[in-house]
Amino acid sequence: MSGLVLTLRDPPAQRVDMSALTPDPLAGRKLDFVAALTLPCGNRKLRVDELFEVSGTPVEPRDKARITIRNASPKLDRIGSAMVAGTIAVEGDAGAYAGFGMKGGRIEISGNAGPFAAAVMSGGEIAIGGDAGDCLGSALPGDRRGMRGGLVTVAGNAGARIGDHLRRGMLLIAGDAGPYCGARMTAGTIAVLGRAADFIGFGMRRGTILLAREPERMPATFNDCGSHELHFLSLMFEYARGRGAAFAALDGFGCRVRRLGGDRGVGGLGEILIRDA
Amino acid sequence: MNVNGVEIEDTFAEAFGMKATRLIVTADTAAWARHAAVAMTGFATSVIACGCEAGIERTLSPDETPDGRPGAAVLIFSMSGNELAKQVLNRSGQCVMTSPTSALFAGIAGEDKIKLGASLRFFGDGFQISKLFGGKRYWRIPVMDGEFLCEEYTYVSKAVGGGNLLILARSRRAALAAAECAVEAMRGVEGVIMPFPGGVVRSGSKVGSKYKALIASSNDAFCPTLKGVTATKLTPDVEAVLEIVIDGLTEKSVAAAMHAGMAAICELGAKGGVTRISAGNYGGKLGQFHFHLRKIFA
Repeated sequence: MSGLVLTLRDPPAQRVDMSALTPDPLAGRKLDFVAALTLPCGNRKLRVDELFEVSGTPVEPRDKARITIRNASPKLDRIGSAMVAGTIAVEGDAGAYAGFGMKGGRIEISGNAGPFAAAVMSGGEIAIGGDAGDCLGSALPGDRRGMRGGLVTVAGNAGARIGDHLRRGMLLIAGDAGPYCGARMTAGTIAVLGRAADFIGFGMRRGTILLAREPERMPATFNDCGSHELHFLSLMFEYARGRGAAFAALDGFGCRVRRLGGDRGVGGLGEILIRDA
Repeated sequence: MNVNGVEIEDTFAEAFGMKATRLIVTADTAAWARHAAVAMTGFATSVIACGCEAGIERTLSPDETPDGRPGAAVLIFSMSGNELAKQVLNRSGQCVMTSPTSALFAGIAGEDKIKLGASLRFFGDGFQISKLFGGKRYWRIPVMDGEFLCEEYTYVSKAVGGGNLLILARSRRAALAAAECAVEAMRGVEGVIMPFPGGVVRSGSKVGSKYKALIASSNDAFCPTLKGVTATKLTPDVEAVLEIVIDGLTEKSVAAAMHAGMAAICELGAKGGVTRISAGNYGGKLGQFHFHLRKIFA
């Protein structure tokens, strides 16, 4: 079953809010209904069939639901926003706020994702085949509630401030992470298999940041707790296994890590774990 | 029914509904996993005075455990969910958390939960860390050799307790040898434990006593030294009787264990000194599960 297929006719001139096109509200609806829906685009509203060629089959209920967005553009914002079940496959790049407030289901983005992907997410899974923009899995500016559940995997690099105010869930980055990774975390897990930039764990209170290599500059407010064999890592690696070749490094990661506790600048009890081969 | 010279009596073992859970104990080495599991299942031969019946179901290789280390599967049975929860928590805290390099996981799925890490985490005094992977929460509790990793909950299963075999033999040595063979065979059955020392009990009991304070007393009908002074169930050639009690997660597993045990005893045959296999029951009025020896072995 191919599910609903939306093929972008031309790259839109303005940004498009895609939040109406999630599996649950569309379950059982005919293609004509989907084609007649309107999406905010700049200061106008455009019918779905003005932007996309609508084909495939009606969306099935719940977990069987599948929506494919072809020729996707980075101007398609809020893909899968607040979705609760089913799968959205994005062939190409996604714009900002992909999976914003997502509660369940799965989003597969073959290209890059814009800023604030997985922001305020509370469940489900997002797999990004390319790079992720800034503020992946973060809180909105001024808000103190970041991602609260689910799993996000990024096969490429991630931008700045990923996991800001992270409360629960996991961000797994195969490449590099920008500055302020895991800033102000209160729980949850971030793993970076590439390089982590400056100010990692800034203001972190609890939670775990796992690094494959030591950053060039470690914050002075993290204290060395020594090298240890932590067996929860084997459970984490088992959970993360099978996410593609980009994450193959996890297979040989091992459970021995150097543990740095902090951010003691805010009395935090979080941890940065650095692979200790 | 007579198999290889061993009489299989036309009787049944009477067993009861219980509540049970399976726990997986792991450690850096198989030896330390076993130390933790042995401690956890200690003083757990009978619910009469131990609060639970427990045993090591089997040892686990690293590829069978959640954290990839050697381990042991432990089964704990109790008469109620509340008592089971109390026993599991006390034994987890005092016997597993205290054991070097150990970790503890649920080994069974179900709807009713028993707290493991959900309670033990408070030992971490605020330094404990929770991790949620694939819908399961684990607690990392700092201890002096690193961290005690413990799943948040284990789960309760309906179970069957009190399946049994009585081995009647011409000598104590023969009874013990047959019991050892039977227990060895039963250990190959999944989902059962034989909770008594070495899987064998010599002080089989009957319900009640002449003393009002006691709820159980010696099963005089099977005591060979009382043959002449009580309503004995022993023939003159029987010098010793040993019992194997079996608790299992299902009726089927208990029956399978009894079958395996009877087969092992019959293989020894009359030449091994065994005269009869019997079973303990209370007339069928107390227990909801009846394991008829001849039906099981047919």
